[in-house]
Amino acid sequence: MAQELTTQGGRDVAASNGVSNPIEKAFTPAVDIFEKGEATVVLADMPGVTPDDIDVTLERQVLTLTGRVKSHAPEGYRRLSSEYREGDYSRVFTLSDAVDQKKIKADFKNGVLRLELPRAAEAKPKKIAVKAA
Amino acid sequence: MLHTTFAPFGATDPFADMRRVQGEMNRLFDGFGTSRQSTVYPPVNFWVGQDSIVMRAELPGLSQDDIEITVKDTMISIRGSYPDHDADEEAAWHRRERPKGTFSRSVELPFRINADHIDARFEHGVLTVEMQRPEDDKPKRIKIKS
Repeated sequence: MAQELTTQGGRDVAASNGVSNPIEKAFTPAVDIFEKGEATVVLADMPGVTPDDIDVTLERQVLTLTGRVKSHAPEGYRRLSSEYREGDYSRVFTLSDAVDQKKIKADFKNGVLRLELPRAAEAKPKKIAVKAA
Repeated sequence: MLHTTFAPFGATDPFADMRRVQGEMNRLFDGFGTSRQSTVYPPVNFWVGQDSIVMRAELPGLSQDDIEITVKDTMISIRGSYPDHDADEEAAWHRRERPKGTFSRSVELPFRINADHIDARFEHGVLTVEMQRPEDDKPKRIKIKS
């Protein structure tokens, strides 16, 4: 249903070809994807992102999720220990079904992006009546 | 992997060692790449200031009511559980990567903290806890008389 374009192993740095540019680092957000009724629901974890810094695009069948994290180290503090890193999020999927673009619902709460992608009318299975001869 | 209990080549099975090595290799590479999922959850970051310490943890999908923080002397504990909203049986799952279930973690702090002056905030899925060192625990500057 939703196929991933760039295969990345979980929350790792997407482009890590030896270049350690802190700006170009992007994490792969963990996602839940399921079908519920007539819609495909996508949940993506993007902690630290404000709703204004989320970008969702759907071009043809390609769904791109990006989130920008503003560096927010507490002022007047120095780092003591760090078990996780902060950075931007990015993930791309291809959808197999056509989506009714006008009915897409997106909201962002507690660091989780929730997308509801309703199937387009032409993608719904049609019943074909068979006439008896 | 299927193991035969009898030895098909008698006592000296020439493939026994090979199978053993293969089994070990499989175990080694099992869960390769998933090892980033550490057993301690959630991962936390710490910052220290003059007389305070800041702890931060990413807990997306939770609300402030789902998180419980307790502090005692130099120990801080966070506990919580992920709500299971879309757990109805009608949903057909394609991917399930987001954390679920309950978690609990205790972390030892480098100094004692004042339990009355803790500022905990939860914004966009990130928990930030600012803790102050108690007055009697602060290092004192001693004036030297000439």
